[in-house]
Amino acid sequence: MKLNVGGLIVYFPYDYIYPEQYAYMCELKKALDAKGHCLLEMPSGTGKTTTLLSLVVAYMLENPHDVRKLIYCSRTVPEIEKVMEELKKLLLYYEKQDGEYPHLVGLVLSSRKNLCIHPEVSTEREGKIVDGKCHSLTASYIRERHNYDDTTPICQYYEGFSLDGKESTMPYGVYSIDDLKQYGRDRNWCPYFLSRFVINHANIVVYSYHYLLDPKIAEVVSKELTKESVVIFDEAHNIDNVCIDSMSVKVNKRIIDRATENINLLERTVAEMREDDHKKLQDEYQRLVEGLRDASVARETDVILSNPVLPDAILTGKYFTLMRVYRMLTINRNSIFFSEAVPGNIRNAEHFISFLKRFIEYLKTRLRVQHVVQESPAGFLKDIQTKVCIERKPLRFCAERLASLLRTLEISDLTDFSPVILITHLATLVATYTKGFTIIVEPFDDKTPTVSNPILHVSCLDSSIAIKPVFDRFQTVVITSGTLSPMDMYPKILNFHPVIMSSFTMTLARPCLLPMIVSKGNDQVAISSKYETREDNAVIRNYGQLLVEVAANVPDGIVCFFTSYLYLESVVASWYDQGVIDSLQRYKLLFIETQDSAETSFALMYYIKACESGRGAVLLSVARGKVSEGVDFDHHLGRAVLMFGIPYVYTQSRILKARLDYLRDQFQIKENDFLTFDAMRHAAQCVGRAIRGKTDYGIMIFADKRFSRSDKRSKLPKWIQEHLKDSLTNLSTEEAVQIAKRWLRQMAQPFTREDQLGVSLLTLEQLQSLEASKIQEQAQQN
Amino acid sequence: MTTSSEDVLLQVPQVRYKKGDGTLFLMDQRLIWMVENRDTVAVSHSYADIKSQKISPEGKVKVQLQVVLHNGVSSTFHFTNRNGLQAQLADRDKVKEMLQTLLPKFKRKVDRELEEKNKLLSSNPALLQLYKDLVMTEVVTSEEFWVQHASQYTQKQKQQPQDIGVSGAFLADIKPQTDGCNGLKYNITPDIIECIFKTYPAVKKKYVENVPTKLSESQFWTKFFQSHYFHRDRKYAESKDLFTECGKIDDQEMKRDIQTGVDDPLVNITEFEDKTLDEGYGVANEKTNVTSGTVSQAMIKRFNQHSIMVLKATKKQENSEAEAKNVPKQNGNVSEEKPDDGHVAKKQRIQSKITYEDLDSPSASSSGGPSLSLSKVERYLHGPMPDSNVEQLNPNEASSVLRGVLQETRQWQSRHPSTSLVTPAAAVGALGELSPGGALMRGFQEQSLAQLVPADIENEVRNLYLALCELLSHFWKCFPPSTPTMEQKAVKMHEALHRYHTAKLKPFEDKLIRELSPLSHHLTKHLNQLLNAAYQKFSNWQKIKNR
Repeated sequence: MKLNVGGLIVYFPYDYIYPEQYAYMCELKKALDAKGHCLLEMPSGTGKTTTLLSLVVAYMLENPHDVRKLIYCSRTVPEIEKVMEELKKLLLYYEKQDGEYPHLVGLVLSSRKNLCIHPEVSTEREGKIVDGKCHSLTASYIRERHNYDDTTPICQYYEGFSLDGKESTMPYGVYSIDDLKQYGRDRNWCPYFLSRFVINHANIVVYSYHYLLDPKIAEVVSKELTKESVVIFDEAHNIDNVCIDSMSVKVNKRIIDRATENINLLERTVAEMREDDHKKLQDEYQRLVEGLRDASVARETDVILSNPVLPDAILTGKYFTLMRVYRMLTINRNSIFFSEAVPGNIRNAEHFISFLKRFIEYLKTRLRVQHVVQESPAGFLKDIQTKVCIERKPLRFCAERLASLLRTLEISDLTDFSPVILITHLATLVATYTKGFTIIVEPFDDKTPTVSNPILHVSCLDSSIAIKPVFDRFQTVVITSGTLSPMDMYPKILNFHPVIMSSFTMTLARPCLLPMIVSKGNDQVAISSKYETREDNAVIRNYGQLLVEVAANVPDGIVCFFTSYLYLESVVASWYDQGVIDSLQRYKLLFIETQDSAETSFALMYYIKACESGRGAVLLSVARGKVSEGVDFDHHLGRAVLMFGIPYVYTQSRILKARLDYLRDQFQIKENDFLTFDAMRHAAQCVGRAIRGKTDYGIMIFADKRFSRSDKRSKLPKWIQEHLKDSLTNLSTEEAVQIAKRWLRQMAQPFTREDQLGVSLLTLEQLQSLEASKIQEQAQQN
Repeated sequence: MTTSSEDVLLQVPQVRYKKGDGTLFLMDQRLIWMVENRDTVAVSHSYADIKSQKISPEGKVKVQLQVVLHNGVSSTFHFTNRNGLQAQLADRDKVKEMLQTLLPKFKRKVDRELEEKNKLLSSNPALLQLYKDLVMTEVVTSEEFWVQHASQYTQKQKQQPQDIGVSGAFLADIKPQTDGCNGLKYNITPDIIECIFKTYPAVKKKYVENVPTKLSESQFWTKFFQSHYFHRDRKYAESKDLFTECGKIDDQEMKRDIQTGVDDPLVNITEFEDKTLDEGYGVANEKTNVTSGTVSQAMIKRFNQHSIMVLKATKKQENSEAEAKNVPKQNGNVSEEKPDDGHVAKKQRIQSKITYEDLDSPSASSSGGPSLSLSKVERYLHGPMPDSNVEQLNPNEASSVLRGVLQETRQWQSRHPSTSLVTPAAAVGALGELSPGGALMRGFQEQSLAQLVPADIENEVRNLYLALCELLSHFWKCFPPSTPTMEQKAVKMHEALHRYHTAKLKPFEDKLIRELSPLSHHLTKHLNQLLNAAYQKFSNWQKIKNR
């Protein structure tokens, strides 16, 4: 249907629309008009993606000068593929309506692992190995060598692409991963580099968060994207953790040892080269003296190594905006502009290697501790200065210098050098950021205090550092997810000012979700995963009874989430002793998430088979685990979700404590507020897995007494809270099962479109009349 | 009730029936029991009614014999010979042997097949009607009917039985009982053993290897219950029992399965991340690489394994069945491992995830099939007409027809989409022609047929059609008759058609003329046309054959 959203004609590829989709479009349009950022929460399963795409594409076609590009970031590969399919559908709808395919190119960018079509390289499964192999076939010096030596293997697809790939433009259309591969095969072009090249002028780009947030990748991939872009972060409830992860580094003994090996190898290579071909080294030295960046940097295949600090080039805006950014980021601007030359004491290759050796020796001594040490980057730098006489400035250039050296030495497979690369990244990070980071040295793991396993963490505490350039550079950034409540937290921790902040509920013609808080077992013992009681037999037994009762009464699939993997293990062991497992197996098949993701995938596959064959199954899983983040349990795959306990993060972690302190000092966020926020967003994420649409239905059981407290309850997303009546907040197992039974009977009644129409589903006419009445109302008020 | 002349074949005194003492007589037609000292017959079963006899097991205190009747009623006789157990047994055995020789003679010849056919007929009204029309009127013989006309029904019957799956809790259901002196007793039934074998093929292999050559059956199961295999909280690495190997085989199998990967992109967690953080980046602690280190981890693995194997046990049979069914169908689809297949499946999976069926309009799904274009409308409306000149087509005509067809087919490719097939003006014209009074509606007075024909006649016509179509379909299937059996069948079917004509159609036509004379001709016109077409074909064929 064609909608009129605030004067903009939007093509929506369906005949009906949910009211909240329309409301979402209205808010999003406002944000686009204002060229500001926004934060939108809409329940999962209400067609968020298609809503977003229809509006932004319509806006882009209408105002091609205001919005030139749509950058859609999602989290997992399946999510990305879904977005591509939705986009295809939308553009086909345009073609059907207008008789002409819209002049848009949409494509996906993914890692080499997913895009490679080289017959040998693509058989590898691990991303790092694919990257390494690809690099060893496509690096500029390899290709040069091939010019005079035919035996040097190169990649025919890359050659094909570099020969004529850049001159032609891709025909209008939407290219998913498979389409790109097919396109590449047809033309003998490498899909990965094709995609890397095309994203610069494509209208719609879909890729993973990391390509924009991780400075190591963003500089390589995303630096030339236009400022007039709309950036969408979908499923963004975890975005702060992605930011922090991409800026944090940790080093243990093994890495140090391997880095030492690397350095020795480098040293030997340098010595050999000094004898054979010392001109090259001399050239490099000369270049560094002159402060020129390596000319070959421009060659896309070489730049595997990039800075771990925020990319300079990602910010191609005006100079003064940059300065403002850097002042905020407390970065010395000189470190960003490489107009300044690499400091003299590391220009020479040998000098640089001995410099690195000294630095690694220093790290070794730091790892030789008996107790936990925590210090600021400034303190760390000062300590280095006094102990091994390394200054801040050369440290800052470590990453850059190593990249240059590796390039000069023509080392093709960089995977072996990852430890030393990591060390230089650490050096650069520590020397660049004095604020928002902390250094923690732990001599042993908390769980195994007897085993010495020292780790040095350089941990980012401020999630706004990594995302800042994105907010500053792009005119509109949309942060959206099914679970963003409480919404005021995100602007604080990401440090931005949204122009629009909205949460939408799900209009429902029938109560298709049933949230319940079970606070006690049949024996009236309070159930809670609180630290003091979680190992209590009575609590575990009551959890077991609850699950068995639910399994006996709810059809098809049931998913349970535990607070941590350790807890899951201990509960399963107790359940086996108590016979809970046996009685569970009488009703359904049992599957359990393990720490091995391949094994878990396999178990999941059989879980689905079990549900589809009608036997029904129970899946025990872990909040914050991979299952809770990426797998949907729609319809019969998840008729009930049980949340055993509140999924608090492991609060004894020192990194977390440092982060909490930082949040308190910088953003005035109380520790408890943040912890509860974090726990509740994960809980909401877990239970939200079961509802994927209005025709779906599912029970959500929060099995912990503490959920009924208002500080927890109020942090659930609005669309769940709405259905969580007071009468459902303090139930025993038996009561909950009774309510569930009655509700299931209600849900089993036939549900037709007519029931939904006008309430949770609108036709174009209904929408228009609704709009008209709204306008009338406003007129009367004025 | 007693007929005058009955021979008593055997008389056994001192037989108790329902707490009353009496005498059991085996007559030549029936079995009777009389209360002692009385003349009345208390129990009388005709041998023909008796389905079977049962005797009490040896060693029981009471020596009894039970006869079970066809209607489910049973009577139990208790032998109470005062001379002790031996005599009682002797009495009972005498009766038993006598009955054994007598019963088969009287056994009603309840043909199982017949029963089945009966059931089939009663559950399929359409088939029953056909049976009535064709067999009862002797148009075809009964055997022919069952072999040819009802084959799809009988086949359907054969597919019915379904295998019983494996319960997920079959191991848990084996509840141990303490025997009082520090021992445990496990009771297992053949069902449970079946389940274990189905789910754990490795155990079955062990069983075949060891029983009965090395171990007795009970020893084998004792070992099984002692093993880690049964007690899932034990690790198997430490024990060196029979089943350690089984565990390893299972593990290997699982590992192999895991390595082949998960084809559903939406659950393949390993492929979720587009760009994983390299080692050393990120905040989270590295995964501890102690796989299945603790007992509970091993246990969790076993639970998963168990569930997967239970599912596999049921899936296996389904798969083999499905494969067997699919083989003839997809003979062209040999290249199953085409890479595209995976993509298509993936795409479908994703498509199914992104479509919101409640947002789509219902009409979108029902797209019209290929449109029907008729060159001779009358022919379509009137059915096949007996055209006798088909055989005498001269070569000129044939070539011109061929040309016409070619031309037509050439046009098919460049045909416009169905929406622009007919111009609005032409459509209106056609509608006019098809309305009453139009050019195409001239020959039709039957609009009111529905009102003119009474319900029972209509029903009868329907049945006639049903029967005729069945016969005709078999008749036409014989053409062209390439084998002698086909020829034979064609002749037979031709005869059957004639029989049908005389036995069913003629009487019906007569009835019509009697009851509703104005309609008689119209109602059976088409039926006759159908028959004539078949006769024509047959005679043509005969002519050619005799030439």
